[in-house]
Parts: sequence; C-alpha cells; structure tokens
Amino acid sequence: MTTPAPGQAPAAPTGQIDAVERRGDRVFSRIAVGAGTAILVALAAVAVFLIAQSLPALWAPEGSFRGTDGTFWDYVAPLAFGTVWAAALALLMAVPLAVGIALFISHYAPRRLAQPLGYIIDLLAAVPSVVYGLWGITVLAPATVPLYEWLAENAGWFPLFAGPASGTGRTVLTVAIVLAVMVLPIITALCREVFVQTPTLHQEAAYALGATWWEMVRMTVFPYARSGIISASMLGLGRALGETMAVAMVLSPSAIISFAVIQSENPSTIAANIALNFPESAGIQVNALIATGLVLFVITLVVNSVARWIVSRHERSLESR
Amino acid sequence: MTQTAPRPATSSRSAGAPVDGANAYVSGRLPRWAAPGLTAACLGGAITVMALLAAAGAIAEFSLVLAIAIGTIASIVLVTAISLMAEGRRAATNRFMIALVISAFVLALLPLVSVLSTVLVNGSARFDLEFFTWSMRSVIGEGGGALHAIVGTLQITAWATLISVPIGLFAAIYLVEYGRGPLARAITFFVDVMTGIPSIVAGLFAYALFVLIFGEGVRMGFAGSVALSVLMIPVVVRSSEEMLKLVPDELREAAYALGVPKWLTIAKVVLPTAAAGIITGITLAIARVIGETAPLLIVAGFTASMNYTVFSERMQSLPVFVYTQYANPGSDVEFYLERAWAGALTLIIIVMALNLIARLITRLFQPKAGR
Repeated sequence: MTTPAPGQAPAAPTGQIDAVERRGDRVFSRIAVGAGTAILVALAAVAVFLIAQSLPALWAPEGSFRGTDGTFWDYVAPLAFGTVWAAALALLMAVPLAVGIALFISHYAPRRLAQPLGYIIDLLAAVPSVVYGLWGITVLAPATVPLYEWLAENAGWFPLFAGPASGTGRTVLTVAIVLAVMVLPIITALCREVFVQTPTLHQEAAYALGATWWEMVRMTVFPYARSGIISASMLGLGRALGETMAVAMVLSPSAIISFAVIQSENPSTIAANIALNFPESAGIQVNALIATGLVLFVITLVVNSVARWIVSRHERSLESR
Repeated sequence: MTQTAPRPATSSRSAGAPVDGANAYVSGRLPRWAAPGLTAACLGGAITVMALLAAAGAIAEFSLVLAIAIGTIASIVLVTAISLMAEGRRAATNRFMIALVISAFVLALLPLVSVLSTVLVNGSARFDLEFFTWSMRSVIGEGGGALHAIVGTLQITAWATLISVPIGLFAAIYLVEYGRGPLARAITFFVDVMTGIPSIVAGLFAYALFVLIFGEGVRMGFAGSVALSVLMIPVVVRSSEEMLKLVPDELREAAYALGVPKWLTIAKVVLPTAAAGIITGITLAIARVIGETAPLLIVAGFTASMNYTVFSERMQSLPVFVYTQYANPGSDVEFYLERAWAGALTLIIIVMALNLIARLITRLFQPKAGR
C-alpha cells in the first residue's frame, strides 16, 4: 500500500505509523495464509469426495449390498448400531477407571511420582492399534471364555448376558474391553489436566473444615472438573467410535442388531466392516463402504462437536467468575 | 469401647465429659500400617489358598489374576468393615474410595504389562537378522522377513511428514502471528474437526481422491502418505501453535524495535525459540501415525515384494504386515503368527523410541526456566 521513498519515514496521518511492507513479509504471510487455507480446502475435499463417491450407493437398487436384501440404510443400520454400542460399552468401563486413575495421580500419589505415573499411563497410548488387535485375539479373548460361560450360567436372566456364551471369546464385550484400554490414556490425561487445576484454596478450605480426603475430592475437585470429565469422555467416545483394527481383528461379525454382549453373533462396527471388506470390494460395494464411512464421519463429528461445545461453555463460565 | 457405632461429631460438643465413641477426637483410629498390612495379608492369603486348592486338585488350574482379584476385593471389604467399626462412617467411606482409586490405577497396569510382555515374549522368537533383511517374496511357511514393510513404512511416513510439517507449521504460524478474524476462527474450528476424523475415513478420502486421478482400484504408497497427513496435520498445528504461543512477546517486540522485519523476526527469533517444542510435537505426531493400519490397508494395499517407489503399485507397511500375517496365514500358522509378533515388537520399539526421543528433546533443549 505505502511504498515510502528511501530514507523517508512513512507518513502517519492518523497518528499510527504504517509498517514498511517488504517483499519477504508479503511472501511469508501469503505462505502462512496459504497453509491455513490448504487445511480448509483439504477438509472440504474430504467432505466433497466422500459424498461424491457415496452417492451411487444411496441410489443403488435393493439387494446390491452384502448381507442384506434391503437398501443402503438396511445395510448401514446394524453397523451404525454396533459402532455406537461397542463404543458406549467401552466408555462405560473406561470413564470410572480413568477418573480413578486421574485422581490417584493428581491428588493421592506423592507429587514427585505424579509425572512418572502419568508417563506409564501414556505408554498405553503408544501401543499401535494393530498390536492391541493381536493381543486381544490371542490373549484377552481366550482368557475371557470362562468368565463368559460363568456369566451365561449365573447371570443369563439379565438380557445383556443372555447365553449361549461364545466359545472363542470374540464378542462385543471383549472388543469393548480392548477399546476401553485404548481410550483410557486419552480420558485419563484430559481428566488429570482439569483435576490439577482445582484451586488449592478450595482444597485447603475443605481440609480445614475437617473433610476427609474423599470428602475434599467430592466437594472441591468434582464440581470444578465436571464438564472437563464429560468432554474428556466425549473425546474418548469419538476415538472409540473410529477405532478400526482392534475391532476388525477381535470381533466375529454378523449383520444383526443385538444387545447381548457375550454371544458369538455380534453386530460389527462401521470402521471394522470397511477394513475387512474393502480390499476385496469393487464397483458399488466400494461406494457402499465409502458411504458407511461418511456415516461414521458424521457420527464422530457430532460427538466431538458436543464435547467442544461443553468445553467452550465451561471456559466461558470460568471466565465470568 | 469404640465398638459401638460412633455418632457424628456433633454430640462431642456436649460438656467436656467423654462419651463413648462419640467424640471425633477420641474415637478410634486405625494405625498407619493397618490398611497396607491387611491388603498384603489378604493378597497373600488368597494366593496361598488358591495355590493349595490347585495343588489339592479342587480347582482346575492356578490363576494368579483371579487370586489377586479375590484378594483385592477381600481386602477392600475387610478394611472398610474394620474402619466402619473403629473409625466411623466418614472415615470408612474415605478408606473405601482410596482403595478404589488405587485399584483403578493397578487395574490399568494389567493390560499394559500383559500387552508388553506378550509382545516381547512372542516377538523375540523371530526378531532376528533374517527378519530385517528379507522380504516375503516367494516365502511360504518358515523364514522370510519384513524388510519390504519397514522400507514401506519409512517411505510412507517420510512423505506424510514432508506434506504435513510445512502445512501444519505455517498454519500454526498464521494462527499465532497473523491470524485475526473469520479465517483464523475457521481454521481453528476445522483443525478441531480434523482431529476427530477416524483414521479409516482418512483412508477412504485418500482413495476417493486418487480414484479421480488414477481410476478405480488404485493402490499406491503415496496415497497412504496423503491419508496419514490428514491425520498428522491437525496434531502438528495444535502442538506448534501451543509452542509458538509460549514465546514471550517481549522477544518479538525487541526484534521489531531493532527494525527487524516481521518475517525475519518469525524465522530468526520466534521459530528458534520454539524449535525444541515444535520438534517434540512433530516427533509425537510421527509416532502417532506410524502405527496406523487402517488407512494404509485401504489405499496402500499389501504385497509380499519390495517396492521402493511410493508413486506406483502396492506398498507394504509394518502395521499392515502385522495384520496380513495374522489374517492370511498359510498352512503353517505358527510361522505367520511369529512374524506378526516380531512385526508388532518392531513397531512398538519404533513408537517407544520416538516417544523417548521427543521427551529427550524437550528435556535437553528446553529454554531454562526463570528467564
């Protein structure tokens, strides 16, 4: 805009001195803007290409999908159910555990040990999912068989544990356990972050009133961290929904909707279904798989957005304090 | 005398006369060693009883996990009950919750120990020279290795890093140094969205993109790199952004005051100051994507042969190698499983090493505190 003559300071009519524009500055800022825009373009491309590739599947005639005679929606319904169901079960196990671990690290363990203990839990996140899959199928699944048989015998009246128990242990409950282990480090790390931010004065005030350790936690840490725990769980849920290989390797899938968690017939998940069938698919099958991927994308998008919304609302309420 | 259930401390204010078990200050308190001692006793007892039962043939086999589980539950119940009798309800609740919190931590260690030990034990069988110098071409049954997969993983990840780091770093620079207004807000929001993209969807995206260019059924290492960069960019942006924000404004202002142009300030002052943190973030991002299986399974495919070019043909990668060895075994299943475990061990070692390097960088190059 202003190209001042050499040796002369730029005019400042409004009392503000305009910065000298150099070519380096212009190039650098354009690169930066370009990089930012590239991210937006990439995301738009993700959406456009996925939609373009999945449209043929939405209008495909009935009976062109594996395992069903119906339309695309009949095809995706059991998969979407299985995805949500396995992730929800995993979360049910992981959240109480993660809150406990985070409490142990942030408020019970000696302060010097807090960081090393946190690293140990973070190690769980360093294990690749394909290794969890291998572990789940060779170690965990066989180990759970006696438990499932016992459950089917003694708790079979409860619809979730209805028999007959699977003889291989490759059930949705085993998958949920593996998923719980995988999302545990994420939820724990996020919970720890909010727990340690609890104002020390609140905690000391609770102790001064004669509260026990647990009463202190209930009175000061939990109210402060409630939204943090919720959003951490939602982010963990998002991760569990999209997890692929562990589910693909452990679960023995079928195209059904069933709440029973220890039988040998289990609803598969969207991600696992794609991984298992994609290499051998062609034509409309590929379009169908991409369309299910789009459904998965939408589900995780909704879950993550809710989590972010909770966080931002919480941050605003903290600022207004 | 403390056996009578103590009432809440309110009655302790009545006169000065000692009331049996009612006064919080004179009511019983378990000695410090009580809880750990009882726990140790319960665990030891459970293991002993279980071992004796197993030796006597009353139960099928000795299971350490089951014994520890029973011992833990017994000790929690026992400690809570004794505390309830001796110390009162509040203290008992406290002890119960502390026991639960500690058990939660120990419970989380079980899968970690189990995974690591299984991988180490099963993986060391084929963790030999042949594994790192052979491909799987024309190998049926025994022998063979993962050289093609290791080469593939290194190349695919290197290309993914080459794509993600410039874009991610410059996007972070834009957000911290330039970003105002709707574009910055949009980028922040969509980077958040991108963080949540499931890895398999990233794979589908890369496939959908490359199908447009190369036609149906495309498989190529570079498509895998594109898929991985979709997963990697948001991680790089987030971590770099945080590190750039940590650079004190005084440094920037000092540079401006000396007449240094903005871009040189960023390149010569801001980036070097944040370099350690940024490199740590990039290392962690690499560690995150190097173990990704699903997107590579979809777009890079799998093969038994060496392939040194990412721009053509199928390319094996280490995670997909582990998966295919497990999923498509030949007639001698054990050899395939051994290779799968050795691949898993290699993968874990790589990821752990990357994590360790990241921590070392932070520790060694961190600007000294208190400046």
